Amino acid sequence: MSFWLLLVIKVGVIVGVVVMPLVLGIIFGELKISAHMQSRIGPYFAGGRFGWAQPLADGLKFMQKEDLVPDAADSAVYRLAPYVVLMGTIATFVIIPFGPDLIARDLDLGVFYLLAVSSLGTLGVLMAGWSSGNKYSLIGGLRAAAQLIAYELPMVLAVVAVAIQAGTLSLNGIVEAQATTELFGLNIHLPYVIIGQGLGFAIFTTAVLAELSRIPFDMPIAESELTMGYLTEYSGIRFTMFFLGEYAGMIAFAAIGATLYLGGWWIPGFSADDNLMNFIGPLVLIGKVLLLAFLFIWFRWTWPRLREDQLQTLAWKWLIPLSLFNIVVTAFFKVVF
Amino acid sequence: MTVIDPTVAMHLSEAAVSVELETADMTINIGPQHPSTHGVLRLVARVDGERVHDVNPVIGYMHRGYEKLAEVRTYAQITALVNRIDWVSGFANEVAFISAVEKLMGLEVPDRAKYIRLILTELTRISSHLVFMSSYPLELGATTPLMHALREREHVMDLIEGVTGGRFHPNFNRVGGVKPALGQGASTKKMSQDLPAGFLQATSDAMDQVAGVCDDLDELVTGNEFFQARTVGVGFIPREKALEYGLSGPNLRASGVNFDLRKKGEMVLPYDDFDFDVPIGSNGDCFDRYVVRLQEIRQAMKIVRQAVEKIPAGPLQAKVPRIIKVPSGQAYVRTENPKGEMGYYIVSEGGRIPYRVKIRSASFSNLSILPWILEGALVPDMVAIMGSLDFVLGDVDR
Repeated sequence: MSFWLLLVIKVGVIVGVVVMPLVLGIIFGELKISAHMQSRIGPYFAGGRFGWAQPLADGLKFMQKEDLVPDAADSAVYRLAPYVVLMGTIATFVIIPFGPDLIARDLDLGVFYLLAVSSLGTLGVLMAGWSSGNKYSLIGGLRAAAQLIAYELPMVLAVVAVAIQAGTLSLNGIVEAQATTELFGLNIHLPYVIIGQGLGFAIFTTAVLAELSRIPFDMPIAESELTMGYLTEYSGIRFTMFFLGEYAGMIAFAAIGATLYLGGWWIPGFSADDNLMNFIGPLVLIGKVLLLAFLFIWFRWTWPRLREDQLQTLAWKWLIPLSLFNIVVTAFFKVVF
Repeated sequence: MTVIDPTVAMHLSEAAVSVELETADMTINIGPQHPSTHGVLRLVARVDGERVHDVNPVIGYMHRGYEKLAEVRTYAQITALVNRIDWVSGFANEVAFISAVEKLMGLEVPDRAKYIRLILTELTRISSHLVFMSSYPLELGATTPLMHALREREHVMDLIEGVTGGRFHPNFNRVGGVKPALGQGASTKKMSQDLPAGFLQATSDAMDQVAGVCDDLDELVTGNEFFQARTVGVGFIPREKALEYGLSGPNLRASGVNFDLRKKGEMVLPYDDFDFDVPIGSNGDCFDRYVVRLQEIRQAMKIVRQAVEKIPAGPLQAKVPRIIKVPSGQAYVRTENPKGEMGYYIVSEGGRIPYRVKIRSASFSNLSILPWILEGALVPDMVAIMGSLDFVLGDVDR
């Protein structure tokens, strides 16, 4: 079997078996968690018990809607944009390790590849905003572009510190490094969020929130200002694509964050070479993903959104200097100890 | 061969050396259907990127011609109209109108009726401000305060419904007093049975609930860094400008002007009997306007708690003829509505219908400052500022 076919099958299995059920689960979880936070019941009709089928019902409803392309829209770009968003997200699952051997393709330049493809989604957002032929969409798309430039930098710099500490760019290598790093010569192995990269994790999480356009950084959508931002003109299945892309992106970034900072498929107390990790590894990773996803949902239903210029101030004046500082400190410890 | 006009050529060469990037303004049309225009306000905004150059509010989409309608309605029928001017504070609208009619007729309203009016007006103020408390954070992107504030508002609405039978549009005032309870004719001795049984306890419970949500809002919204980042120093209205544009109510007081008709002794209702403060802002920004309203809820609760204790017994209505005929003359009565100053100028030529009713509504004046205050603002601030002025389009267009 050819390399590419095998890769596509592997990614297809990951997306079909892990990501899409998780997306539906997180959408349902968000409906229920937000309901709980707001003293509501949330969905309870669809599916009979607890309204578990609500995300499916929503998806079916969207599929029945007319796929509308505005007259003023640039039709080809407008139609292509949702797929670009979804593709950029799915491409990140190529290198996310679910276990020591459960990985579609363990690239030596994994982190580099990851940062490259995860920015593709914003290109799709910009395409959507630009091609819709709507002024709200245009402003939303441009805000998304500005946000990408501002937040890609602190994210990359935060990840650089992880790469320095682990001494590798391979994601599996980073997980193994976390499983084997010794704390002051003691036989204690802990994930990077506890050893050394606490600040880096905070910077990374903030940047991820901005990348995902989640509150408090959801200015590209900002429904009270721009009706729905770059999504204003989208309907039906194309809107669903964006929606899935948003939640799949949330899972992708949560998985990356879990891998880089929380130890990925590894949990303290186990050896990374243990064959057992191939079985419980995926569950451990999914658990950590759900934890981070809950964090994102919690933020969204608690906070108001910031302003575009405040977001830029935060990125350029605080996060980038902090992440540079983080790199210096990490490099110092790497060299000295 | 085309000949290049030398002036154009010079212009072109100048443009070539100019390092300034030339940008074109974009006109965006916000509304009449838009998530944050509180109804059907339309704003024609000229923006350069995120910067708003000028804004032209277009009103009238909600115009229902109430001033004209009032000229062909009897006085009793007009109370049903004025309910709907500012639909989140229906009862407070009625009081000013009916008081103007009573002033024309020279009627003295019984104390108990005045107290009931006052209690309901303050309850209306609480419910109106709770709507603001819910919608304003929503405009800034926080969805949860909406649910909390509206849930507690329901307790206040239950109280209003228990007394008047209506939630939004009570239509409870009658010329000379308030509507007698079912089966009780005017000026009988049973009149002290008008408020529903257990009203005192129900009010006290509801006030506790509202006090709870005010504390919740303090934690969830007031102290939130993101909320403060969006509102502190945004939409600054200096004292002079506030007076110039005729702002009233919490918007005026947030700019540091101590003006509340309830404290001026001008109100037709007995506010002098109660101990309460008028919250005054100092900065005149969006945050102050929010805080002043939050404090006003607390003060209104204080008034309601005192009023239900002190309410005197007695008749609900003054002696009025079956058919209300108003002597010719004119009267103007203004009251402190939740949104600001509400006034009715009634001209009567005698008879059952007024000759002319002029409505002075708070939101219209409050909205008039928009072009001035939005000039040079950012698009996200535009929403924050509009929301903080808390206007209702029914109150603007009438």
